[in-house]
Amino acid sequence: MIAKEIQIAAYLFAGILFILSLGGLSSQEGAKRGVFYGIIGMIIAVLATLLGQDVHGHVYIITAVAIASVIGVLLARKVEMTSMPQLVAILHSFVGLAAVLVGFGSYLDPKTHLLASTEHTIHLVEVFIGVFIGAVTFTGSIIAWGKLEGKVRSKPLLYPGRHLVNGILLLASIVLGVMFTMAPGIEGMMYLYIMTAFACFIGVMLVMAIGGADMPVVVSMLNSYSGWAASAAGFMLGNNLLIITGALVGSSGAILSIIMCEAMNRSFISVILGGFGEVASSGPATAMVGEVTAMNHEEVSDLLKEAKSVVIVPGYGMAVAKAQYPIYDMVQTLRKAGKKVRFAIHPVAGRLPGHMNVLLAEANVPYDIVLEMDEINEDLPATDVVMVIGANDVVNPGAQDDPSSPIYGMPVIEAWKAEKVIVMKRSMSVGYAGVENPLFYKSNTDMLYGDAKDSVEKILGFLKA
Amino acid sequence: MKVGIPAETSPNELRVAATPKTVKRLQKQGFEVYIQHNAGQKANFSDKEFEEAGAKIVNTAAEIYGQSDIVLKVKEPALEEVALMKEGLVLLSYLWPAQNQPLLQKLADQKVNAVAMDAIPRISRAQKMDVLSSMANIAGYRSVVEGAFYFGRFLNGQITAAGKVEPAKVLVIGAGVAGLAALGAANSLGAIVRAFDTRKEVAEQIESMGAEFLTVEIEEDGATASGYSKEMSPAFIAAEMALFKAQAAEVDIIITTAQIPGRPAPKLILTEHVAVMKPGSVIVDLAASSGGNCELTKNGEVYTTPNGVTIIGKLSQLPAQASQLYGNNLCHLLDDMGKADKFKIDMEDAVVSRAMVTHNGKINWPPAPLPVSPAKPKVAATVEAEDPKVIAERKNKQETKSMIIKLGVIGLFLLVLGQFAPSDFMQHFTVFVLAVFVGWQVIWNVSHSLHTPLMAVTNAISGIIIVGGLLLTTDDLSSPMTILAFIAILVASINIVGGFVVTHRMLKMFKK
Repeated sequence: MIAKEIQIAAYLFAGILFILSLGGLSSQEGAKRGVFYGIIGMIIAVLATLLGQDVHGHVYIITAVAIASVIGVLLARKVEMTSMPQLVAILHSFVGLAAVLVGFGSYLDPKTHLLASTEHTIHLVEVFIGVFIGAVTFTGSIIAWGKLEGKVRSKPLLYPGRHLVNGILLLASIVLGVMFTMAPGIEGMMYLYIMTAFACFIGVMLVMAIGGADMPVVVSMLNSYSGWAASAAGFMLGNNLLIITGALVGSSGAILSIIMCEAMNRSFISVILGGFGEVASSGPATAMVGEVTAMNHEEVSDLLKEAKSVVIVPGYGMAVAKAQYPIYDMVQTLRKAGKKVRFAIHPVAGRLPGHMNVLLAEANVPYDIVLEMDEINEDLPATDVVMVIGANDVVNPGAQDDPSSPIYGMPVIEAWKAEKVIVMKRSMSVGYAGVENPLFYKSNTDMLYGDAKDSVEKILGFLKA
Repeated sequence: MKVGIPAETSPNELRVAATPKTVKRLQKQGFEVYIQHNAGQKANFSDKEFEEAGAKIVNTAAEIYGQSDIVLKVKEPALEEVALMKEGLVLLSYLWPAQNQPLLQKLADQKVNAVAMDAIPRISRAQKMDVLSSMANIAGYRSVVEGAFYFGRFLNGQITAAGKVEPAKVLVIGAGVAGLAALGAANSLGAIVRAFDTRKEVAEQIESMGAEFLTVEIEEDGATASGYSKEMSPAFIAAEMALFKAQAAEVDIIITTAQIPGRPAPKLILTEHVAVMKPGSVIVDLAASSGGNCELTKNGEVYTTPNGVTIIGKLSQLPAQASQLYGNNLCHLLDDMGKADKFKIDMEDAVVSRAMVTHNGKINWPPAPLPVSPAKPKVAATVEAEDPKVIAERKNKQETKSMIIKLGVIGLFLLVLGQFAPSDFMQHFTVFVLAVFVGWQVIWNVSHSLHTPLMAVTNAISGIIIVGGLLLTTDDLSSPMTILAFIAILVASINIVGGFVVTHRMLKMFKK
């Protein structure tokens, strides 16, 4: 048993460690240390809680933690880097679920109802809000997971008046909240149930309304929600550590969402409200000028042999085809031949912020040849060959010169400025944003159709031959 | 539809309007291809190669002109050749319409629909059919090779056991397609390369080819909407001449490429410039056919002046490759005109309507001008340029105003909150708000490439909600509170363990 004050001090220390943990991620070198800080912080927090005065049922706790640790390690070990987005999404849903459960538990806790009247009311409000956010996060993340996993169709589900329906549900939840706080004892349980059902529905509808392309934004948004859910739980339990950590995670997710939104030139508010995938279909299609020319693998390899500098722009197509390994083989072959080969990563490439970086790192690509959009754009005019592998919207010149394009204004990688562009793609279909890509019609662009992995392996064959 | 390719009649014309490769391409487009006997001989393509590619060999030009629907040619036809052409024939060829009025008249009288390949407008869409560019590219390259041949010394600098060799200095005047090609070729041979052009906008292109951009100290831009340069003011020309004179004394090879369409080439290298050049120096004049940029150039001749400067007024054409590129240009144009089955002369089309110099018996020259690239919005630029400060100031004021309003609202909200909320809540709220600010500051520094690990680590630490579960657990397993808490602890721990392990796994992969 430790004193309450010691416990608070330990929580403060854990909070500091969490901040350092996130701060460590500002550089590759500091990142590993950051994880270590996080682990220490977590151990201190859990120990400080366990040794506190209010904890009972240690047996159950230890059982739960033991089971969970096994599951967690297995999950984390087994997951493929290409399915990181799914893992992240499902972990968000866990936080949401935990927040809901803690909310219900706290309401059932007899100690809650010993509080004085104002404090009691505030506490009930906290419970109510915590459960609401938790439930939205929970079902929203499950749908996001389903979409990423391909179990739920990724096309946005839009029905007329859905904002109205969501609004009514929200309003109804507020009314329920008022009734809930007025109910004596645990008689408000019914209201809590109904509101949870509403919140679950809102969560489902929010994410259902969002198209596959906007997954990076959704996942970071849910990341943010999960943080706010934890924070709300902290308020209801009067626990500063939960509040701090939740706030850190919440603002982290919010920043990621903002970065993603800026990268896609969308407004943050419309994303939070959901259903912003609809913008894509509204723009009038601009007629494409020029023709699409295709190349074969041998011609591409000849082109690469002659090139001095090559920039590779990977997209989600690379992740789907798991092409990162042969791509790195190819990069090594080219680098051995004295060519300058680099990667250009658009902030929203893939389904998760930074997804491409992780995939490339998995294939052992050194991170100093992996550059961000802003770093590479100025070099592109002096580049001989740009290979676009499974990316589409992030290299769409329409974003710069076609005001009628739905993605007009979105910063893009200016692949077309290079001497020659090769676009590896499965077909001429449009990208997630549903926009035609004028890049394919440019005279310095050639298409190479087929699965990215196959294609790269074939090119590699010709390069080595 | 039948496409016919006659042999070129001019003895100086080595090219042919089709090669075995383009013959195949034409067939893919749906054309039947007829080619005159020995048409490709001077470009080193034999009849046999053409036959293998699927073309039919025809003996006389008369058959070609009399029976084809489309005729592909390189050099403008002689009047006798035009006489052989059937009515409604589509002719794709160089025509130089500005200089060849009688020819145009003859073509129009004969009701030939003639496309002047040299009149294809220089717009982005038409680049693939722009024969001037494709041929200029060859001429630029060749000018360096021939210049180096007559120069008779190394172009690159070397330090050998036998002593040091100075690199040659090459000056290219006019940085169009030919000029840039020459810069690239001379640079890759190791020469010190300089270039002059009246258009300021090409400075970047020149530097990108590894050359130094020479300028005069007078502010005047020669760029025009047509993509060619305009004639400059006398003051500018005087400065230009002084520059050329200084350069002439210093450089070893001068390559001139300045041409103004429909007019004699400007005289840039005067007799006095040649006089100060070192013996052994070379001038390659790519404008020789339109009068030459050098006063002493003799068209079609290579000769040496009394002071030892070789002036080259003719270039061999690299006929095989030139034919290939020219043939490709033609194929692209035919592609644009609808290939065989949908072939159509579309006078609405920006490219066809300008290059089609005779159509249905009428002369269609000169065409309406067409700017190369969208005209710069100069007015807008000046407006923007004049008051960036004012704009910044206004923006700053607006920001201050909105910030004050926001802070006011926030302050009011906090005041109201403080009025009603108990102190316990206010304490937690303080912590919350500060934590949001700390998070905000810290996360902006996270590197983009680490965003996925960031999400995983936030996953892990948001598992801190386990504390909620821990506090709610009771000793009584049957109580609903314990069951809820148990599940909460379970999922939160999966988060913690899974999140940290997977972050660690990811970070391990990042290697320099």
